[in-house]
Amino acid sequence: MATTTELPVTLNKDEILRYSRHLIMPEVGMEGQQKLKAARVLCIGTGGLGSPMALYLAAAGVGTLGLVDFDVVDYTNLQRQIIHFTSDVGRKKLDSAADKLKAINPYLNLRTFDTRLSSANALELFREFDIIADGTDNFPTRYLVNDACVLTGKPNVYGSIFRFEGQASVFATEEGPCYRCLYPEPPPPGLVPSCAEGGVLGILPGLVGIMQATEVIKLILGVGEPLIGRLLLIDALGMKFRELKLRKNPDCPVCGTHPTVTKLIDYNEFCGIRGEEKPVSNGVPEIQVEDLKRRLDAKEDLFVLDVREPHEYQICNIGGYLIPLNDLPKRVNELDSSREIVVHCKMGGRSAKAVAFLQQAGFQKVHNLAGGITAWADRVDPKVPKY
Amino acid sequence: MSKIHIPTPLRQYVGKQASVDVAGSTVGEAMNALVSQHPELRKHLYTEDGKLRAFVNLYLNDEDIRYLEKEATALKDGDNISIVPSIAGGC
Repeated sequence: MATTTELPVTLNKDEILRYSRHLIMPEVGMEGQQKLKAARVLCIGTGGLGSPMALYLAAAGVGTLGLVDFDVVDYTNLQRQIIHFTSDVGRKKLDSAADKLKAINPYLNLRTFDTRLSSANALELFREFDIIADGTDNFPTRYLVNDACVLTGKPNVYGSIFRFEGQASVFATEEGPCYRCLYPEPPPPGLVPSCAEGGVLGILPGLVGIMQATEVIKLILGVGEPLIGRLLLIDALGMKFRELKLRKNPDCPVCGTHPTVTKLIDYNEFCGIRGEEKPVSNGVPEIQVEDLKRRLDAKEDLFVLDVREPHEYQICNIGGYLIPLNDLPKRVNELDSSREIVVHCKMGGRSAKAVAFLQQAGFQKVHNLAGGITAWADRVDPKVPKY
Repeated sequence: MSKIHIPTPLRQYVGKQASVDVAGSTVGEAMNALVSQHPELRKHLYTEDGKLRAFVNLYLNDEDIRYLEKEATALKDGDNISIVPSIAGGC
């Protein structure tokens, strides 16, 4: 594919040595390496998927790499976001990533964007790059990236992960489908948990991120068969890879023959999210952790119900009675509606759903422990581990 | 019999199985058999008026049924139906 930087790029002797293993293959050669150097790739996110993508693209000699990330390195990121080290915890992800990428390849022209990608900035940003690599972690941004790619004519190298499965494809090329051809609508908020709620096998974003880096390089070089019109399904546990055919939908509202989406929209609204993506308690009666502690210490007759999963209970618990949320409808008769019940989970989201369910089932003395066992560990008992 | 591949987010509703064997001469019949056997699955896949939710795609072998005969697509013995919902994780 043609890049818009048509200026001839040259490789000096040092670069020729650096990229020798590319240059000696006819599929790359000097011409291919020059194409890599002339290419401008934008990585949205420097987390799970962004980490391996950026590292390998820098190593391969992509000339200009843009990184978009507003986040800070968190301790729980280290299990899989391999561009960030223990000493980076608390630093901006962009700064942490920039250090490692420049250390791998000082020839890299790195452009960092310390911002949240939004409808206000996406189009202008995408116009300065040739290929967009989507390493984001939420539906609104994925739809935003897709639409902005179609509107600016830039390919969208897509990867996504969940627990131990992933998907990869290349969207928004002229002949190929876009993300909306595959999924015209997002799932309702809360149906598909984030990595923080559902967990993710640490290696998985590595596996999928490298596939995305591979597709970026193939597009730049114009070699091989890119994943255009193909959805690769990755099952890391079975180590099985399946492929499904994707078609461009002529009725697609963004990339079809009569598009109705001709500018970027409010993607949070599109995905049915009001305000933050964190679970909202929606008027469910709450109790704060300090009050719970006080009342338990005063030996009040409170029944603490824990709606997390058994493996979470093993990590830490406050002695609650365990009924995982999904089992609650079947096991509700184990609960005594005449007693006052405080329901908790990890952060307050699942327990809010449990309280709403119990209220509908006729329980009148139920409260949601705001902030869950995490808030308990933060404010009441620091000996309780957080996870 | 056809095999329906169940994606991870939905396996909790089918007793944690990765795939379920069902009878049916069309995709629609096979899916109906699936949600009848596992009623909790129905609302995650279908709206109240019985339409497949837009963030879920069904594939017969490797083809999207929207480009075949949708739920009227005929099945042969040993066919594979994949339920492919959207996932967004990347962090």
